[in-house]
Amino acid sequence: MIEEILPVFLGLFTDYTLRYVALGSAILGITSGALGCFTVLRRQSLFGDALAHAALPGIGFAYLFAGTKSSLLLVLGAAIFAWFAGIITLAITSTTRIKQDAALGITLSVFFGLGIVLLTFLQSIGGASQGGLDRFLFGQAAALIESDVINLGILAVMCLTVLVVFYKEFKITTFDSSFGQSLGFPIKYLNALLTSVIVVAVVIGLHTVGVVLMVSMLIAPAAAAKQWTLNLKSMMVLSAIFGGLSGIVGSMISSTAEGMSTGPVIVITITAILGISLLFSPKQGYLFKYLRNQRKTQRPLDAIKTFSDTEKENHGNLQ
Amino acid sequence: MMEHKSSNKKSGDTKDSPVVIRNLSVTYRTEPALWNIDLDFPEGKMIAIVGPNGAGKSTLIKAVMGLVPITAGKVSVYGKPYSKNRDKVAYVPQRGSVDWDFPTDALDVVEMGLYGKLGWFRRPNSKTRGLARECLDKVGLSGYADRQIGQLSGGQQQRVFVARALAQDAQIYLMDEPLNGVDATTEETILRILENLRKQGKTIVMVHHDLRTVDRYFDWVVMINRNLIAAGPIKEIFTKANLDRAYQEKPRMSIQ
Repeated sequence: MIEEILPVFLGLFTDYTLRYVALGSAILGITSGALGCFTVLRRQSLFGDALAHAALPGIGFAYLFAGTKSSLLLVLGAAIFAWFAGIITLAITSTTRIKQDAALGITLSVFFGLGIVLLTFLQSIGGASQGGLDRFLFGQAAALIESDVINLGILAVMCLTVLVVFYKEFKITTFDSSFGQSLGFPIKYLNALLTSVIVVAVVIGLHTVGVVLMVSMLIAPAAAAKQWTLNLKSMMVLSAIFGGLSGIVGSMISSTAEGMSTGPVIVITITAILGISLLFSPKQGYLFKYLRNQRKTQRPLDAIKTFSDTEKENHGNLQ
Repeated sequence: MMEHKSSNKKSGDTKDSPVVIRNLSVTYRTEPALWNIDLDFPEGKMIAIVGPNGAGKSTLIKAVMGLVPITAGKVSVYGKPYSKNRDKVAYVPQRGSVDWDFPTDALDVVEMGLYGKLGWFRRPNSKTRGLARECLDKVGLSGYADRQIGQLSGGQQQRVFVARALAQDAQIYLMDEPLNGVDATTEETILRILENLRKQGKTIVMVHHDLRTVDRYFDWVVMINRNLIAAGPIKEIFTKANLDRAYQEKPRMSIQ
């Protein structure tokens, strides 16, 4: 076992390709992990999914009009379209009777459909197939080079800085938006800002996991972290760690077999972390909850005693 | 400031009332929620807002803070738009309006009451922690400071919300059904706190659902059913005739 894992692990330091793949995936995992906490707590998972899918036509258009595969332009196109989809969704929900889930369904499928049409069209006129625009569907971390990783790193630092600077504001508007609004925090602008940084995270994810699987990088680390802690700050740190870890481990696993795509392996890794968290976290995990319930039913008298104890505590506190 | 002092005594001066509402209408889509409300909240009173479900009680206090889009009319707080006098108003939203599964503890929620004073970018610090602790103590929950909010009972959660409003240290307290479905301890605690606030000359406006306790708990009542039905001192306004008009049918419970 050890003999098999060790060379893969050492590869992180010796293998040029693996190093940058792992680094790029870790950057994505850390950013989307930290940001994803707000996506999960605001119950906006589908929103994140729609933003990611809507980035696809942006790549197509950027290639169509600029005729270049320069990753900066493609990324810009992707960001603009993801943003646009977010605005359209908000506009639909605020001006029509269509609810948010339906509005998201509409934007997600329309934008993604448009993206696929564009991609197949570009392939039919040639040129795009070699460039492999379709790699943005499921990501192609293996193609990451040093300059890409530096660009992704800069974007990630931007996202995390916004998150740290506006932490208090994001927290209060997420927990109790009308109270936050009553204190004078402009909820619309803060929501727009948060959406923007999520768009940036999606753009980072385009290269590694692609538009289709991006949402799991937002949701899974945060959902896993929420199992282990009852504090928002530690949830975000833990979520970033889970995300980063799955990026590195996923890259390592996929490097062991020829032609195994990195993106899906990363997603499977983070899902495994989520599964373990759901089952085995000490306070909220199913296993320990089950065991605690068993114990309760076995000793009803003890349970009653505890109840009266807390009653006493309550009265004591009121004095 | 001077104007504030001098006009405190003559109660008729509208400029100085804690809250003045003029011709206020609020519509959700095409459905009117509030229609042409004219209302002054007097200073230093415990004021109940009553009315049937969907009468616009919550909407009324939200409209004061600009939390709902106002279709027509004007609201002022101590003679100024709410946005200029935010620090004079504390708000207790309905308990059901937030996710109690949120990863935070009681003390942290109370500290949020101080975020308005902190403003942008400034972080909570040991001073805000201390103030929040005091407020948590006032509602009898000092032993629950680091308890995750989801593990508190409904009444304790409500007291955390009241503590957060106390942390705001305001002149006007707008509260949305803080006594709804709470245990006796919580009800007593909240009422005792509000009584203290009233003695300090603060104004309390509370959406209230329990008609049986209105005359015991409050000095003043506002009855609405989309329109303003009546508003004034309990003795004059809280009558069976007015209640019938507000509820459009005979209220099921009897009023002594």
